[in-house]
Amino acid sequence: MERASDLTQRKAKVDMAEDVVAPLAGKVLSIAVASGDTVEEDDEVLVLEAMKMETVVYAPSDGTVIAIKVAVGDQVEEDDVLATLTD
Amino acid sequence: MAFLDQLGILAVTPGQIVMWAVGLTLVTLAIRKQYEPLLLLPIGFGVLVANLPLTELMTPEEGLIWRFYHYGVEWEVIPPLIFLGLGAHTDFGPLLSQPRLIFLGAAAQGGVYVTFFAAHAFGFTLQEAAAIGIIGGADGPTTIFLAAQLAPQLLGACAVAAYSYMALVPIIQPPIMRLLTTEQERAIKMKKARKATAREKLVFPVVAAMVIVLLVPASAPLIVMFMLGNLFRESRVVDRLTDTAQNALMNIVTIFLGISVGATMSAASFLRAEVLFIFTLGLVAFAISTASGVLLAKLMNIFTSEKINPLVGAAGVSAVPMAARVAHKVGAEADKKNYLLMFAMGPNLSGVIGTVIAAGIFLSMLQ
Repeated sequence: MERASDLTQRKAKVDMAEDVVAPLAGKVLSIAVASGDTVEEDDEVLVLEAMKMETVVYAPSDGTVIAIKVAVGDQVEEDDVLATLTD
Repeated sequence: MAFLDQLGILAVTPGQIVMWAVGLTLVTLAIRKQYEPLLLLPIGFGVLVANLPLTELMTPEEGLIWRFYHYGVEWEVIPPLIFLGLGAHTDFGPLLSQPRLIFLGAAAQGGVYVTFFAAHAFGFTLQEAAAIGIIGGADGPTTIFLAAQLAPQLLGACAVAAYSYMALVPIIQPPIMRLLTTEQERAIKMKKARKATAREKLVFPVVAAMVIVLLVPASAPLIVMFMLGNLFRESRVVDRLTDTAQNALMNIVTIFLGISVGATMSAASFLRAEVLFIFTLGLVAFAISTASGVLLAKLMNIFTSEKINPLVGAAGVSAVPMAARVAHKVGAEADKKNYLLMFAMGPNLSGVIGTVIAAGIFLSMLQ
């Protein structure tokens, strides 16, 4: 019983989560946030380098960073999940 | 006395001293400002040494740099080899995923044709006018290729103008783009395109080479090598060749291209009023090309529900990827979450092809 409600709660949490996705393919140049940080919408999350140009990726909404899926130097494709936020 | 006759310093002309300044300025811009350093550095040095008296570096049949120029540029060897390397570097994915944006690359050749007629009206021959107009495409190797065949006496000036304007894309284009668009238009977010498949990318160079050469045979040297380089890349079975075309070969020919183009700029050929005209008309060509790309995008928006951000139209000039970066940056100023880079690459790549086709049309009509 307890476990079931635990699961529902976790599921609810995942539902509220929002992914930060790569707007274009590139290399991760720097990461501005750490797991556990609170961010506001439009805060800088990380910087990608594509075509020798730096492109900043911003937070899609307010929230707390629960996971960072990439490391500096990683090559990412368009739409790859870079980080996950939750309210 | 024979020694004194051979002393270069006594034979220097004032014009040559002016050309030393031109050469050193290009070298300085390449080093300090990093304006197209791979080209402007050897070009600048070429200008300098070609204007040292009594060296015979550019004496026909004898001079060292003349040989580079003759067998490399006049024989049309180097520009096509540069295109081989460009093809090996190019991912045509963004063009294939948004085929409608190809029109923007075609529209951005508008400046080439307008300037061709304008230059002719100013008294240049049709051949010279074509070499000047092509500057508007902002494509160095294509400009050199065309000028070498139609107006070799203007080659140095046209090449330096083309490479300078390529380097100045981030300065020349944004004011024109802002002037012709509203803040709202610049903020348009484009709908994500489907991804081109590996098979499409593999078929493209073969089909494109055939179709373009069947239509405009005179563009063949550049197009064929461009698509061969791309076929190397997309076939994924000749990585060694792709790598050589992209790096070693490209670097080698760049050295010979730079020094030879620079060395064509002797005081006698460069210090003429015409050269100022060439730079001015080239700039006008480039500005009109930028504007016509933006305006066609706005026109297309009247007829389409999926809006195009008109800024990507400006990327239809062939300065790859500078023009696409500029579209991206100006778009991000209007809305920082607007990522136009990949959308702009489509017109940018079709712009390269468009400029080559324009050169081919000039060649077939004027040679």
